[in-house]
Amino acid sequence: MEIFLQQIVNGLVVGSVYALVALGYTMVYGILGLINFAHGDLVMVGALTALQTMMFLMGVAPGMSPVAMLTLSLLVAIPVCMLLAFTMERLAYRPLRNAPRLAPLITAIGVSFLLQTLAMIVWGRNYHTFPQLISTTPVQPIEGVFITPIQITIIIVSALMMAGLILLVTKTKLGRAMRATAENHRVAALMGVDTNMIIALTFVIGAALAAVAGVMFASNYGIAHYGMGFMPGLKAFTAAVLGGIGNLGGAMLGGVVLGLVESFGAGYIEQATFGFLNSSYQDIFAFIILGLVLIFKPTGLLGERVSDRA
Amino acid sequence: MKQTVVALAIMGIGLSGAHAQEMVVKLGSVAPLTGTIAHLGKDNENGARLAIEDANAKGITIGGKKVKFELMGEDDQADPRTGTTVAQRLMDAGVKGVVGHLNSGTTIPASRIYNQAGVPMISPSATNPTLTRQGYKAVFRTIANDVQQGGVLGKFIVGPLAAKTVAIIDDRTAYGQGLADETEKAVKAGGGKVVAREFTTDKATDFNAILTKIRGAKPDVIFFGGMDAQGGPMLRQLKQLGVEAKFVTGDGGCSPEMIKLAGEAIGANAYCSMAGLPLEKMPGGAEFRNRYKARFGADVQIYSPYAYDAAMAMINAMQAANSPEPAKYLPELKKSSFPGVTGTVSFDDLGDIKEGAITMYQFKAGTWAPM
Repeated sequence: MEIFLQQIVNGLVVGSVYALVALGYTMVYGILGLINFAHGDLVMVGALTALQTMMFLMGVAPGMSPVAMLTLSLLVAIPVCMLLAFTMERLAYRPLRNAPRLAPLITAIGVSFLLQTLAMIVWGRNYHTFPQLISTTPVQPIEGVFITPIQITIIIVSALMMAGLILLVTKTKLGRAMRATAENHRVAALMGVDTNMIIALTFVIGAALAAVAGVMFASNYGIAHYGMGFMPGLKAFTAAVLGGIGNLGGAMLGGVVLGLVESFGAGYIEQATFGFLNSSYQDIFAFIILGLVLIFKPTGLLGERVSDRA
Repeated sequence: MKQTVVALAIMGIGLSGAHAQEMVVKLGSVAPLTGTIAHLGKDNENGARLAIEDANAKGITIGGKKVKFELMGEDDQADPRTGTTVAQRLMDAGVKGVVGHLNSGTTIPASRIYNQAGVPMISPSATNPTLTRQGYKAVFRTIANDVQQGGVLGKFIVGPLAAKTVAIIDDRTAYGQGLADETEKAVKAGGGKVVAREFTTDKATDFNAILTKIRGAKPDVIFFGGMDAQGGPMLRQLKQLGVEAKFVTGDGGCSPEMIKLAGEAIGANAYCSMAGLPLEKMPGGAEFRNRYKARFGADVQIYSPYAYDAAMAMINAMQAANSPEPAKYLPELKKSSFPGVTGTVSFDDLGDIKEGAITMYQFKAGTWAPM
């Protein structure tokens, strides 16, 4: 039983990070129909910028409290990622806004490689240890179920950020403009919405979420590396598709579901198939679920109107 | 008579030309220079580079010509397909010998291309037994293979660690899987029971799901066949999950990087094995460490001394054969026997290093201490 509960905890922690990153994919897709493959690498830039800031702070103010240090490094990492996303949109995607859809997609893959290579030049090839400023000493809320304070923080922060984003999109004027742009950006422009600005802001908001996800990811595993954004990016993209790309709630649901499926897949696939399959198939297991969902519900779990996209 | 005069004249031109110009001999080095184990890849390349710079500084002459060695460093991204592509590129560039690759998974498919071209290849780090058992004549390695290493690891787990139950994880690479399989065999042969056999990948960072499952099986020892980039985070997650089993890994995790990445989670319950001798115990170890540090401004990771010896073996064989042509110096390479940084370098009939030593290490006072 405690193994089962432990797998739920494992899945929730990973799933929260996927969900946070998936939001960035899905927001951009919702508005532009573009899959921004470079989004995963913003996670990496966020983590490494925060790491750099922490190193600097430890040098100048060694006595600083861990929470203050983490907050300050986030306050550096978030704007850096936002600025990067803004530049990315302005230089790489906006000129291609009316090009065939394949062009911006390939460009996005190119931007992803560019970011990774630049990060490799700036931060080197080696793995960096990421200071674990929030405790990683596990507590046992239930006998045999271990969870660390950083993992609790990840779940709470992700939930708060997602709730904030939903409020932003549904309740504010900016959110309304975003929804209008997603619906039809020509008409939205006629109604006085500065669609270029809204599209840029969508990238920027997604980047802020990615920066937070990056710092939390690195804090949890205690490592940072220039290639660290690739796998979470890929998984988050899968999560976004699973939940219904373009749908905010779907991205969150997809992230958590994917996290849980991976966790249970790795934990139970051997028993479930009587030893025929083992944990080397854990990723395949996640993609089988994705395949099944898409066969029976091509728009993903929560779906997204596609009629006006074709 | 006239013909003889012409022939002599041509020879004369040839000889005078030889004094005027130096001969450039290209050697290749292949290792992942990007990706998750780029730090180990760069280390290998640095090892080969140091050997080549030493040879150039010495001013070696082969066939009466002064030789300038050049290193072509290629990146195989630890990817088998990229590995064969760069192997072909090196052959097209007329490289006379290759030091590499790093991973067993890339070395084995690439060895076929080198073999077809007849160009000698010496891997400083690929330990999968298959490499030297394909019937290829020009394939060597300067490191002990996994049959030797896995046997030692298995005996160590059931012997000195007195483990009755063992969980085994590998990263599904030719190296990790090969080592894990050999270790599993040796554990079973020694009377140990394998209670869990789990798998991850060489790109993963999260192992909580499989570690939770292993925790349920309550093993005395957890063995991981894989690299430090996964081993370090794995140790952290074991601690976070409250697992207290001993942790044993192979040479891929026997690096300073592993200690750095595991942070506070590494303790005296962590062990690793290393093919060969510790750097301090290598005949040329201390000197190599200092020269490496002075030249590259970095510490030796793992395999660079083996890469150095691999490059040196080729250079020595070329000198002995008095030719840089693969077909000419290959017989000399097979007969190699010289004192390298890592010990005496000589190969058996398969191309494996003779008397490849294995050393066990335990984590002590912030470092891997040989046992």
